[in-house]
Amino acid sequence: MEQDTTKLYTFLVYSENVPGLLSQITAVFTRRQVNIESLNVCASSTPGAHKYTVTAYCDEHMARILTAQIEKRIEVLQAHFYTDDELFINETALFKLSTPVMLKNHEVSSLVRSYDARIIEVNSTYAVVEITGNTNDIIALFNELEKLDCVLQFVRSGRICITKSRTEHLDEYLAVREAKRIAQQKK
Amino acid sequence: MTEKITGAEAMMRALENEGVDILFGYPGGSIMPTYDALYDHKKTLNHILVRHEQGAVHAAQGYARVSGKVGCAIVTSGPGATNTVTGIADAMIDSTPMVVICGQVGVAMLGTDAFQEVDVVGVTSPISKWSYQIRRAEDIAWAVSRAFYIARSGRPGPVVLDFAKNAQTGMVDFEPAKVDFIRSYEPEPDVEMTDIERAAKMINNSVKPFVLVGQGVELGNAREELRAFLEKADLPCGTTFLGLSAIPSDHYLNMGILGMHGNLGPNVMTNQCDLLIAVGMRFDDRVTGNLATYAKQAKIIHFDIDQAEFNKNVPVDLAVWGNCKETLAAVTKLLDDSKHTSWIEGFKPYAEKEYNKVIDKALHPKEGPLLMGEVIRKVSEAANNEGIMVTDVGQNQLMACRYFKFTKPRSVVTSGGLGTMGFGLPAAIGATFGAPDRTVCLFVGDGGLQMTIQELGTIMEQGAPVKIILLNNNFLGNVRQWQEMFFAHRYSFTPMVNPDYELIAKGYGIPSKTVIERADLDAAIQEMLATPGPYLLQCAIKEEDNVLPMTPPGANIDEMLLEV
Repeated sequence: MEQDTTKLYTFLVYSENVPGLLSQITAVFTRRQVNIESLNVCASSTPGAHKYTVTAYCDEHMARILTAQIEKRIEVLQAHFYTDDELFINETALFKLSTPVMLKNHEVSSLVRSYDARIIEVNSTYAVVEITGNTNDIIALFNELEKLDCVLQFVRSGRICITKSRTEHLDEYLAVREAKRIAQQKK
Repeated sequence: MTEKITGAEAMMRALENEGVDILFGYPGGSIMPTYDALYDHKKTLNHILVRHEQGAVHAAQGYARVSGKVGCAIVTSGPGATNTVTGIADAMIDSTPMVVICGQVGVAMLGTDAFQEVDVVGVTSPISKWSYQIRRAEDIAWAVSRAFYIARSGRPGPVVLDFAKNAQTGMVDFEPAKVDFIRSYEPEPDVEMTDIERAAKMINNSVKPFVLVGQGVELGNAREELRAFLEKADLPCGTTFLGLSAIPSDHYLNMGILGMHGNLGPNVMTNQCDLLIAVGMRFDDRVTGNLATYAKQAKIIHFDIDQAEFNKNVPVDLAVWGNCKETLAAVTKLLDDSKHTSWIEGFKPYAEKEYNKVIDKALHPKEGPLLMGEVIRKVSEAANNEGIMVTDVGQNQLMACRYFKFTKPRSVVTSGGLGTMGFGLPAAIGATFGAPDRTVCLFVGDGGLQMTIQELGTIMEQGAPVKIILLNNNFLGNVRQWQEMFFAHRYSFTPMVNPDYELIAKGYGIPSKTVIERADLDAAIQEMLATPGPYLLQCAIKEEDNVLPMTPPGANIDEMLLEV
């Protein structure tokens, strides 16, 4: 049997802040039949640069192809892919739980506490619980709460992460490009 | 303070500023302000009115391929824009520099499903190098310069400018812009000397090297660099279809064509060499056949300007990123003056075998109806092997690529990657404008000609000297061949009832002749070439002929069929 070499990769993409880039990036995945598991887009710490955090299951060869094809888009500054051990990762989830069920069944609040989740709102109808952590913990909490039949709504954010690396690829790249621009101008 | 002008006028000046002197186009509602401005620029911007927007983009492609300049097409919004989609996709996969300007409804109407409104940027983004909506007249100078810079730099490609009507009519202080740097886009890297040294070492150590020559050599104007590279180290090569004129056909190191319908020797030797050196090509499946068995015995070096091509289809041992004009020259300096005489001799038996089993029969039939191969070779020779070969898609294309001969650069205009039937006729029109001093020979089938036959009107109006060689076999020949070979002779909708093409040509005022007998062929070709302006030469071709040799789809590249 062929070995399954797929795993969850995280793609960190930096682009210029122009409209339409998001669909260009997602199109690279869909065209190659790779489903996006989660996606987060925000301004990055570098002025003018946007950061896309995309996770998807694929093999390493595909991860390289996806990265190269994303980077090929004109307004993309940099694209890299990572495995979980190379990243600090976080996700957030919110639960809307039924207050009457919680009052009847004390397991619910002890479960919430055991996962270090925070209750951020309570009224007679519902309670809102927030948890920050990794995917597995969040899913585990959801599954257990679901068994207790108390979940009214559930939402989980896309993954956000920063690299463990001691070098900042984007800053280096931009410095090189700026030097090139100045050199070209002088010519 | 500069004078205020309309956005449409600014577009004209921006195009002139980029050196544009010819536009292929078709007017319509949302581009009318720009066409109104064009009326005052007729002396500097030669507008060729096509008969369908698909014709405009293919003509721009043909123009770009033979001239090396950026082709430019201009159309209206909605259907005008969507009619360019095939040409944009074609230019993308074949790396053709082109800028397509589409009209668009005014910004206030965007997203309202207005008349002739379509999301052009959304449609064309995945199939273009860059697609941008110009929403304000102030952005024209910048966007046009950026568009041309992107289209022509690095690995060339098509760029789309979606030109909103209010940007055309708005008033602006126009100052020409010059974009030659984009922070997020690195078209040509500096040559990495460690890679060059590694490549030279691998080549110098190779006993059985084989070079794959692609269109990148032509696009990089690296023909001389390639020749020096090959000759110094005595490296035999094969070419892709798009790389055919990157090296003269009869060069002693040119072993022939790669791929499914290429030559036997180059395909067999791909799987026998010890070093495969790919230059400006992308390991298309029609070139490689079954990837699982493709050149597994060889080390592979890949020279390319597009980083995303490295390890995409074929894993390589060394990737040399850059313009091959620079990288080949740098490697050549480090090469030994080698000889690979016995290795090169090894190609000969395959060439002889193919000649005896296929080529001789295709070029010198003694009886029976005309064959494509003989017609093509005779046309090529009658034009001193200096003509430009334009093809449509199908058997006409495969045969033309096999039997046309090349001595001059930029002589191939064919839809390689997308395989666009209907490409040939409009592309040939563009080629006559891109290389007005050369003979443009179009080889087209009866299927493909009818896909864009309306462009005979453009030929008529312009007197464009396209020599149309219609290889008429009353079939969609290539599909028929596959049906014969792989679908048990079930000719599902491939026989074709044809019109009287001479009568059609007459309607357009194009001189024409039909050749049925072999004995009449030479004189007819001479007459075609001696007749100034366009000419339609219809050749009645053997109905059920096959393009051979052939590597069946998915088969190993060295397992070519020489007969069916």
